[in-house]
Amino acid sequence: MDLASILQYLVTGLTVGATYGLTALGFTIIFNTTGIINFAQGEFVMLGGMMSVFFMRSLGLPEPAAIVLAVAGTTLVGALVERLAIRPVRDCPAINLVIITIGVSILIRGAAMLVWGKDTFALPPFSGSAPIPLLGAALMPQSLWVLAISLLILAGLKAFFSRSIHGKAMLACSYDPKAAALVGIGVERMVLLSFMISALVGAVGGAILAPITLTAFDVGVLLGLKGFAACILGGLGNPFGAAAGGLILGVLESLGAGLISSAYKDALAFVILLALLFVRPSGLFGQKDSKRV
Amino acid sequence: MKLARMVTALVFCLALLGCSKESDTLKIGAVLSVTGPASFLGEPEKNTLLMLQEQINAAGGVEGKKIEVVIYDDETDVNKCVMAVKKLIEQDKVAVVFGPSTSGNTLAVTKFFAPAKVPLISCAAAEKIVNPVDPWVFNTPSLDRHAAGRILADAQKKGYKKLAILTVSDGFGQAGRAVLQELVPARGFTLLADEVFGPKDTDMTAQLTKIKGLAPDAIICWGTNPGPAVVARNHAQLGLKIPLYMSHGVASKKFIELAGEAAEGLILPAGRLLASAQAPEGHPQKALLTRYVADYTKKFGAPPATFGGHTYDALMLVINAVKASKSVKPQDIRDNLEKVTAMPGAGGVFTMTPQNHNGLDESAFVMIMVEKGDWKVVD
Amino acid sequence: MGYRNDMRWLLGFLVVLLALPPVMGNNYYLTVLTMCCLNAMIAVGLNLLVGHAGQISLGHAGFYGLAAYTTAWLSASLGAPVGVSMLAGVALTSGVAALVGLPALKLKGHYLAMATLGFGIILSILFSETVAVTGGPSGFTDIPRLSLAGVEFTSDLAVYYLIAAMLGLVVWLSFNILHSRVGRALRALHTSEKAAQAMGIDIARYKLFIFVVSATFAGLAGVLYAHYLTFIAPASFGFTFSVELIVMVVLGGMTSIPGSIVGAFFLTVLPEFLRAFENIEVLLFGAILVLCMMYLPGGLADGFHRLWRWAWVRLYVRDVSKDDEAERGPGGDHG
Repeated sequence: MDLASILQYLVTGLTVGATYGLTALGFTIIFNTTGIINFAQGEFVMLGGMMSVFFMRSLGLPEPAAIVLAVAGTTLVGALVERLAIRPVRDCPAINLVIITIGVSILIRGAAMLVWGKDTFALPPFSGSAPIPLLGAALMPQSLWVLAISLLILAGLKAFFSRSIHGKAMLACSYDPKAAALVGIGVERMVLLSFMISALVGAVGGAILAPITLTAFDVGVLLGLKGFAACILGGLGNPFGAAAGGLILGVLESLGAGLISSAYKDALAFVILLALLFVRPSGLFGQKDSKRV
Repeated sequence: MKLARMVTALVFCLALLGCSKESDTLKIGAVLSVTGPASFLGEPEKNTLLMLQEQINAAGGVEGKKIEVVIYDDETDVNKCVMAVKKLIEQDKVAVVFGPSTSGNTLAVTKFFAPAKVPLISCAAAEKIVNPVDPWVFNTPSLDRHAAGRILADAQKKGYKKLAILTVSDGFGQAGRAVLQELVPARGFTLLADEVFGPKDTDMTAQLTKIKGLAPDAIICWGTNPGPAVVARNHAQLGLKIPLYMSHGVASKKFIELAGEAAEGLILPAGRLLASAQAPEGHPQKALLTRYVADYTKKFGAPPATFGGHTYDALMLVINAVKASKSVKPQDIRDNLEKVTAMPGAGGVFTMTPQNHNGLDESAFVMIMVEKGDWKVVD
Repeated sequence: MGYRNDMRWLLGFLVVLLALPPVMGNNYYLTVLTMCCLNAMIAVGLNLLVGHAGQISLGHAGFYGLAAYTTAWLSASLGAPVGVSMLAGVALTSGVAALVGLPALKLKGHYLAMATLGFGIILSILFSETVAVTGGPSGFTDIPRLSLAGVEFTSDLAVYYLIAAMLGLVVWLSFNILHSRVGRALRALHTSEKAAQAMGIDIARYKLFIFVVSATFAGLAGVLYAHYLTFIAPASFGFTFSVELIVMVVLGGMTSIPGSIVGAFFLTVLPEFLRAFENIEVLLFGAILVLCMMYLPGGLADGFHRLWRWAWVRLYVRDVSKDDEAERGPGGDHG
């Protein structure tokens, strides 16, 4: 149990955790604007990776162009989902909307299976696969890309929500949709925008992680689950909490696998999550919920 | 008036449907995991079966009878598997059932076949399926024990003493793990580490780092794509020099594609299907393997995975049995399956007896190495 | 619906269940029907929790599996009589539900969903990894057949009748709960927890009670399932099945017990129908789910109810206003 091993576990955990964080961010954005948990978020991540592979292979595009196109395509899918499946039934009880998003995720998965088959695919890493030695641990260049891009997105989103008018409008929708409508904010447009941004963030996450983890039509399920867990860990509704939750979850899993038992690593992460929830019912950084009675 | 016409048409259609019951076809049912976690098994099995059905029917069928194949997808779910098997036996009234693809699902349904007097040829490799022998249950994949035996023989030849194993937490990996846990100490090695990873896990550096710390002579990774491909990549990323064995679960070009350069130099046991071109001339399997690979590649755009061979062999066994007895009745098929001797198939050369319902042994495997992105037989 | 109505419905349902096998003929339909009844048992319990008490559980498959594995282990590995191990399975599941429910039900909404989800996943990992006890991912084989007090249920038909009877019992118990003081407390709780608390209702106790009851029903289904199939695998008790259960309840109609039974039957039978569509089966399933939820927000039961009402009105109710118009002439009315 030397420093090199622990460092390796940390590096791996942070890389994997970054994707959980990006998925969790997607959940948070939609939750913040609409109050719904979009169970199809994991599928957006899957689409980012799979579409990149598809555009590279069948259209022969160079990798950066394929990824840009894939992200654009997934954003479009996000918009379609909102328009066709969510907007017509905005006033449904929350649990119906959850089931609809579950149905949408099954639909997207089924379509992906039909179009691309069940095989797994690899994306080439952005800058080669020669590992960088770091104090006895090996750091993949792709991991640096993942962490850097995730930080960029986080910073971008923070700036968007606190500085730009659209971001502030979206936040207003989450506080009180009626009040937001009263001051002239187009709530429906904000909801559409939130789905598109969520899909974008998810797709980027999928594309940057695919070179490390390989991608297939069904990677969305587990990612969605872990992303949701990361959201809850960090406190639902807090973007910073979502990102932090993702990183913490990834590191916990990695340390658990390395130091305790590889068989039970997922169980360990969830046990810690549950223990945390019992102590802090709103997650690590979540605000205490206040409701009018 | 319109209503009367509609009703007449409906009755006519129903009558036609009812009339389609012919007793002069060889009706074969199959329950395969075409979707779900075991789709890497079910899809090549299904494709192979359909391709062979087409070829054989085009050539006139078996003993003058056409082959009718009914395939149900159990989605790797045991409940759906049970329902599908029941449907095949009770409603579709097939003469023989192929599959299921996974050991777990097979063990769940074996008890239905003796009372129904329909033979089952499973495409799963668990020992329990054919040991103890159920008169109505057979299987075609070569046993995990044989594959593990070949790996350990190679390790012994190279003088390795301390081994680490890394297996997947699914049916395939678990069966391999059990076999390795038994054979590794039994053949004189020391088992240093016994790590596992989940079927959908995307990063195994933690497990490999742990193994690295224990300094074994070799690592045996037992699983099916994509997990072992990630293991191979992680192995290269960490700069590990410890020799890495794979299992026959990755015996398909997909593995080389996914693992990329990290696959170079890896050794695994596989059926001769994978490197059929390198089999010696005159080997009983060579001709049929070459033809199978060529036909499958032409029809589906990629060479078949080893698992496709399971249904290939099942169908060949049944045809063999039907030719011997000149009958498509389930009882006759069962009786003649047990009499098959030295029949070359995709997975090996089969010799069934009333005590051996699998028909293969260690000679079904060859050891192959990945060299320059392609397979090369080394043993 | 009043108590009398509910009981009449239950009687009718039981009669249909018991009469179906002879009508259907072959064993395949019987298997499907048995699975429907088992799923319905869990769905009814979940309905009490989700539809009436307003909580959520994304880990109910865990209770189903816990009971199944307990009875399997006790009867196959330890050799206990089947009846005893089934009872132990149900009892253990109730106990675990009480233990988990105490802290978990303090959470609200999505946090509760996560807690139950996490619990379900932890159990499913335990089932998969404790190979010595559970047989691991390949499953637990050779579970003894169903037998109570020495009487073995050798035919599938006998097992089906037992399971149908158990389902009837579960539904009867649920109706009784709903029409009792507990049911009224639950409805109050669902409407507004704070208001119910202000009225002096001990919401924590009622929430825990209904959580344990729903877990017990799932456990009952689990023990029956284990001895019916004589084989269980961890894959059947994972997150996917938990989600399917919630879908059964919501799709069928959250606010009524018959609704969740309809949902359970529909969702168990639908994949069998979609078998014919092979490749697009998953796609179709997702599409049906989305469309049903969008256009039948009250669930399938509500949909049937509305269809029934529409047909009733069409057939039996005269449009009185048309008579008036005929008398008045086509001048239309003012106002």
